[in-house]
Amino acid sequence: MSLRTFGNRVGRIEDPALLTGKGRFIDDIKWPELAHAAFVRSPFGHAAITAIDTSAALEVPGVFAVYTAADFAPLLKIDRLIVGLPSPAYRQDVNRPVLAKDEVVHVGEPVAIVIAKNRYIAEDAAALVNVDYEILPAIGDARAALEKASPTVHRGAPHNLLAEFDVAYGDVARAFAGAPHVFRETLWQHRGGGHSLECRGAVARYDANEERLTLFSSTQTPHTAMRLLCDMLGWDEHRVRVITPDVGGGFGPKLIFYPEDVAVPLAAILLQRPVKWVEDRREHFVATTQERDQFWDVEIAVDSEARILGVRGTLIHEHGAYTARGVNLPYESAQTVTLAYEVPAYHLGVKLALTNKVPVTPVRGAGQPQGAFAMERLLDRVARELRIDRAEVRRRNLVAAEKMPYAKPLKSRGGMQVVLDSGNYPEMQRMVLDAVGWDDFRARQLAARASGRYIGLGLANFVKGTGRGPFEPVTVRLGPSGKIHIMTGAAAMGQSTKTMLAQIVADQFGGAMDNIVVTAGDTAVIPMGMGGFNSRQAVMAGSSAHLAAVKLREKTIAIGAKLLNVSIDELDIDAGFVHVRARPKIAASLGDIARSVAGIPGLALPGGIAPGLETSEAFVRDEMAFANGAGAAEVEVDTETGEVVIRKFVIAHDCGRVINPMIVDGQIIGAAAHGIGNALFEWMGFDADCQPITATLADYILITSTETPHIEVLHMESPSPLNPLGVKGVGECGVMPSAPAIMSAIEDALSPFGVKITRTPIMPSEILAAIHAARREKLRADPL
Amino acid sequence: MATTKTLRVNGKAVTATVDDPATPLLYVLRNDAGLHGPRFGCGLGQCGSCTVHINGEPVRSCTRPLSSVGARDEIVTLEGLGTKEKPHKLQTAFIEEQAVQCGYCINGMIMQAAAFLKKNPKPSVPEIKTAMQNNLCRCGTHMRIVRAIKRASEA
Repeated sequence: MSLRTFGNRVGRIEDPALLTGKGRFIDDIKWPELAHAAFVRSPFGHAAITAIDTSAALEVPGVFAVYTAADFAPLLKIDRLIVGLPSPAYRQDVNRPVLAKDEVVHVGEPVAIVIAKNRYIAEDAAALVNVDYEILPAIGDARAALEKASPTVHRGAPHNLLAEFDVAYGDVARAFAGAPHVFRETLWQHRGGGHSLECRGAVARYDANEERLTLFSSTQTPHTAMRLLCDMLGWDEHRVRVITPDVGGGFGPKLIFYPEDVAVPLAAILLQRPVKWVEDRREHFVATTQERDQFWDVEIAVDSEARILGVRGTLIHEHGAYTARGVNLPYESAQTVTLAYEVPAYHLGVKLALTNKVPVTPVRGAGQPQGAFAMERLLDRVARELRIDRAEVRRRNLVAAEKMPYAKPLKSRGGMQVVLDSGNYPEMQRMVLDAVGWDDFRARQLAARASGRYIGLGLANFVKGTGRGPFEPVTVRLGPSGKIHIMTGAAAMGQSTKTMLAQIVADQFGGAMDNIVVTAGDTAVIPMGMGGFNSRQAVMAGSSAHLAAVKLREKTIAIGAKLLNVSIDELDIDAGFVHVRARPKIAASLGDIARSVAGIPGLALPGGIAPGLETSEAFVRDEMAFANGAGAAEVEVDTETGEVVIRKFVIAHDCGRVINPMIVDGQIIGAAAHGIGNALFEWMGFDADCQPITATLADYILITSTETPHIEVLHMESPSPLNPLGVKGVGECGVMPSAPAIMSAIEDALSPFGVKITRTPIMPSEILAAIHAARREKLRADPL
Repeated sequence: MATTKTLRVNGKAVTATVDDPATPLLYVLRNDAGLHGPRFGCGLGQCGSCTVHINGEPVRSCTRPLSSVGARDEIVTLEGLGTKEKPHKLQTAFIEEQAVQCGYCINGMIMQAAAFLKKNPKPSVPEIKTAMQNNLCRCGTHMRIVRAIKRASEA
């Protein structure tokens, strides 16, 4: 059977609705009698709550209720959001309450919820809720937080160490002791928020007749939300339904289960009317999780040929005030460092520090870009010190293609062996170097410098774990309408998930995309699901969809054979019909086939066939499929203003078999744009009291059309042996090489000044400062 | 005090009653007119998701008070620009270039671009980039959006 949709530039099934204003996002959800919520949030980084007076707010006409922690307590079997991924590394548990009771630990923490007839009134009344605070010391610097004398983020806590662990293998001490060269770098890496254009939201209704709760939430993980709500309420699973409508971008923070996802349903239960809350942008800056600071102190040992002997160091990771996901983010950072290269010995000691800021959880890339950044900065240092070409240093150390599959002496967070499953890393680097013009760049660079322009070229390799297991179920059903319905726990948040699944299933049914309906993110249509994160859905849900569709096709053909009185070998499926290949007019419509097994009272089913046309599969895979690639950037730096312009940007990428080239390119380019933003524009700032100081989109800078370069994407397709489709994830990969390649390029452009970059992001003012510092350093070393 | 106002939206009369005449036009379009093309992204006119046309000019409806809109002003939203059956050339071009990912910013992108192409029907790529630079997109589809606008201008 030929594949008609898999691998082709099929148009997205999501687009027509989205382009005509017919998308249904969280703020489009409506019910009669809908009440609107606004939250009272902490204005302080750290404070004790001594009293809450809601009386003035309750007097505002149109206000239905004001609830505090005390009002919710009787409804809750568990009153904290216990969501941390399991790990022996924790040194304390700091789980979020639904509403703060006697202490707030970050600006934006919810304290009370006001319900009114509209949002206007709710917000006005929220301003009248009088909370008496006693301000406590707030701690914002992760390094200072770990010092013995530091005030604690939580009153009465023993310290601010949330967790600590080592990621290590080999004899690092020996590797360094005998090394001809050791180079050390101290790096500050900062990433900011997710900043989906759509903020979060929750709309809840409690139906007293059915004794059921329905929550619409802009979550990437509806099944997790359902399970947590059941846990906290002490309810059976059949009483809670969570639905994810269209999601206006996820990028990580929406995979988290939030206090508002509990508070809004609780308000709906107490008030006995539906309640809606949609986050505003200020709330998104203070109450939606973000990534922030990582402080790396790392060194690399190499021999005289620049072959790596070992890498070691420490990482202090800022965790924020509560555990909203766990240790996964810095674990992924630590695990990623050595992935692409042969590194005989490795040790990274990791500490997670609490701070009085909104919790830290993954943003597109989930810590892995930072791991790659640390390694790539070290390799640039090696190249500079040993006077070897940066690409050559990498080439000597990349894992060779003939070693695949290559077992790294690393254990994943779940304790599984890390095995690089496929790919040709050196070839990817070569492809990028060719495309960016690496070999003849020096001449261009010198010519530019002669005319006073500073251009530079940078390179970075990456390996990215994708397809996080263990499974993602998919049900495929052919109904009497003749339509094929795909139901999945996978969550669509803008990455074309529905099109991806439809393509995979359509291939088994003649390729007709318009005959397929996809429901993603509704706990009522499929009992289990994990959702969208970690570039996993094409790998996990895609594989399940394929397996389910193959079985459904077999059964459809088997029924067709009975109905048409021919053998199954003679049949094919096309254009909504099962037909005899040699005589296409002998055919049965998919609808008639489904109807024949839908059951008619008293009549037998076609011989031996089980009722219905529905198959469910949950492809199980614990090991991750490792995507890989390389990126190169050419930049021009204005040494008067510090502005960096990206003149060329190339990414070579291997995500295994490509399901849809348009979608894959879109994901790579989009993630690369995000990575460019992380390198040059995005900074989530706080003052010394942990007040956010970049809490609008005018202060927190996202990349726009004028800064985004043309991004050239090159493909290699090394099928992953780990799943039936041979695919690897793609959604986050573009982030990976962006910051290290750009920093390498800036350093290269500014090499006449001797500028060293040990941070991301870097803004124009800091580039100027680096140029001035390098000039001063040169003057001191050589006053004449 | 509640005030009632009738607006012209997509060629039809829409009557809205609001408590506060400073209510942003966006809320009236979404809540009273039931139009879901324009979207809330920031509430401060910084992202562009809420863009509509008033008398052909692109306007950030999240910061435009209802009191500033007159009964004779022609308001056009994404719904008024084209439909699934009869799409505007920009909507067709956005599909062809696959310029949409999550789709949340797209209302603003199309409305901004439609107003821009009226004034500058044959723009260069740098002109398109500059025209679109105040519309944010987090999926990173900027270059495809630019290409789609260019394609629409040549259609």
